[in-house]
Amino acid sequence: MRTRGKVKGLRQTEVLVIGGGPAGLSASLEAASLGCQVTLVDSDLALGGQLIKQTHKFFGSKDERAGTRGFKISEILLEELERYKDRVKVHMNCTATGFYREDGVVSCVIGEDEYFRIKPGKIVMATGAQERLLPFPNNHLPGVYGAGAVQTLMNVYGVAPGKRVLMVGAGNIGLIVSYQLMQAGVEIAGIVEAMDRVGGYWVHAAKVRRMGVPIYLRHTIKEALGDRVVAGAVIQEIDDRFQPVGKEIQIDVDIICMAVGLTPTCELLWQAGCEMVFVPQLCGHVAQRDLFMRTSHPDIWVAGDAAGIEEASAAMVEGRIAGVGVARSLGKDDSSEHSKRLEEYRRRLADLRGGEVGQKICQGLECCTVNEWGV
Amino acid sequence: MNEKERLFNSGVLVEPRKGAVEPPEDLWQNKKNGLVIIECPQRIPCNPCHTSCPTGAVKPFKDINDQPEIDYEKCTGCARCVAVCPGLACFVVDLTWGDEDNALMKLPYEMLPVPEEGKTVDCLNRVGESISRGKVVKVLEPMHDRTIVVHVEVPRSKVMEIRTIRVVK
Ligand SMILES: Cc1cc2nc3c(=O)[nH]c(=O)nc-3n(C[C@H](O)[C@H](O)[C@H](O)COP(=O)(O)OP(=O)(O)OC[C@H]3O[C@@H](n4cnc5c(N)ncnc54)[C@H](O)[C@@H]3O)c2cc1C
Ligand code: SF4
Ligand code: SF4
Repeated sequence: MRTRGKVKGLRQTEVLVIGGGPAGLSASLEAASLGCQVTLVDSDLALGGQLIKQTHKFFGSKDERAGTRGFKISEILLEELERYKDRVKVHMNCTATGFYREDGVVSCVIGEDEYFRIKPGKIVMATGAQERLLPFPNNHLPGVYGAGAVQTLMNVYGVAPGKRVLMVGAGNIGLIVSYQLMQAGVEIAGIVEAMDRVGGYWVHAAKVRRMGVPIYLRHTIKEALGDRVVAGAVIQEIDDRFQPVGKEIQIDVDIICMAVGLTPTCELLWQAGCEMVFVPQLCGHVAQRDLFMRTSHPDIWVAGDAAGIEEASAAMVEGRIAGVGVARSLGKDDSSEHSKRLEEYRRRLADLRGGEVGQKICQGLECCTVNEWGV
Repeated sequence: MNEKERLFNSGVLVEPRKGAVEPPEDLWQNKKNGLVIIECPQRIPCNPCHTSCPTGAVKPFKDINDQPEIDYEKCTGCARCVAVCPGLACFVVDLTWGDEDNALMKLPYEMLPVPEEGKTVDCLNRVGESISRGKVVKVLEPMHDRTIVVHVEVPRSKVMEIRTIRVVK
């Protein structure tokens, strides 16, 4: 651990929430509403996590603000946060860099050189997800981007990344980012998808199809073309075992955007020694948790994409559940209120997970959920 | 995977199915202001078409993942669902509009530039082919949230194919 720069003394907090996306915000709100003192840290310059990049309308039910655009949902959460500002201390541009098992202390860095250490009673890890990348020849060329970077460029900075894009991956992210690129006036030359159907919602695919975007099912990107920057891409059909068959198609594009999936950000959970399992349906290694979202470490909870890649709607409910769990373990308020809220949140989660995509999530959750840790 | 399946799996409706049915012809013919067409064939956790429908024409969902089902008797063609559906999967078609060769479609639209009333636009089918011209009759933004509902006069014979428009530059 580097200790250059200012190091401050040891701080205390009842609850430390790491990550200020929909999951972390919801956990903070819930815990604060039940009387906890909360410290919320987020590496970004603004709260909201992935939500602030989402200009499209969200799915879900009214409870999760369906039909509202993502960045609006984050504004609503921030307004609610305003009400608890005496109980929630927020540090932005602040990354939790380490967890020390011996004493339960978390080290944080603000900006680049201001360090502090904090000893929380309880921790909620709501660190979200990281993008996966795909190996292919020339993928180092400028012009090959991850979908997250493209979204940040467009929706946060208002810059179009290029003129003509090949999207790799037809999950919700690939489909939505394609649509947003078109809204920004960028042409989508095509979307390639390795599976034999789009992985995202059918309606999202229908939106881009009716504007003339081809979706190449059972295709993959073979290589990027170009000398110093991307000038094109070669795609090819693949068979059941993902082996290239069929003829190669060359497509002229100046941007290749990869949307091949996210994986939970779980470094701190590993550091804390939480029991981890690899669950393909949740897109990577995730912490074992009980029905309160508590990990095998008695003072650590998880919520949102960090607990398995899903959706903002579910992330918000999981955050709420973790918030109740934390408050409960700190002995806050009366437990009948806790049970009432939990029941409601669990019902909402079950509702959200009833669909085709939700079934997969439920299968995954079965592999990493215990009823309650023997405490 | 045959060609039909492949198309459907890539987001193109090839035939009616649960969550994507055509309105009953006899009622539709004379229904002033039109009837809704919803093309939402997959179970997904979403229901604003139901919660926003002022008349209860989109039937209550037993489970939020259900595909929408419609009671056409109740649909007034108000196009509120067109404006709120995050999947842009609701369309209203008014067959009583204009003369017998024309119909009016109320379509969701979120691209730029915003279409202008009175202008001619390209009408695109489910795979983005321009299959006819249409005339923009009205441009509304019912929820003030940048989803536009554009009313377009189109050839009546094409209403089951046209699903969006493109502004002609
Ligand atoms: C293109 C796209 C479209 C989407 N569309 C929808 C949709 O229509 N409906 C829907 O429900 N969901 C949608 N989602 C998914 C949704 O955005 C995510 O599931 C949701 O944001 C997850 O919330 P989260 O709080 O777990 O994580 P995030 O939103 O990723 O937030 C995590 C936060 O933690 C911070 N952080 C991480 N590590 C640290 C650390 N060590 N220290 C401090 N801070 C840290 C990050 O900076 C970030 O702000 C979409 C996602 C994308 C990318
Ligand atoms: S057009 Fe109006 S009445 Fe008909 S289904 Fe949509 S919201 Fe309901
Ligand atoms: S609102 Fe649209 S996407 Fe959602 S269920 Fe209804 S028709 Fe489908």
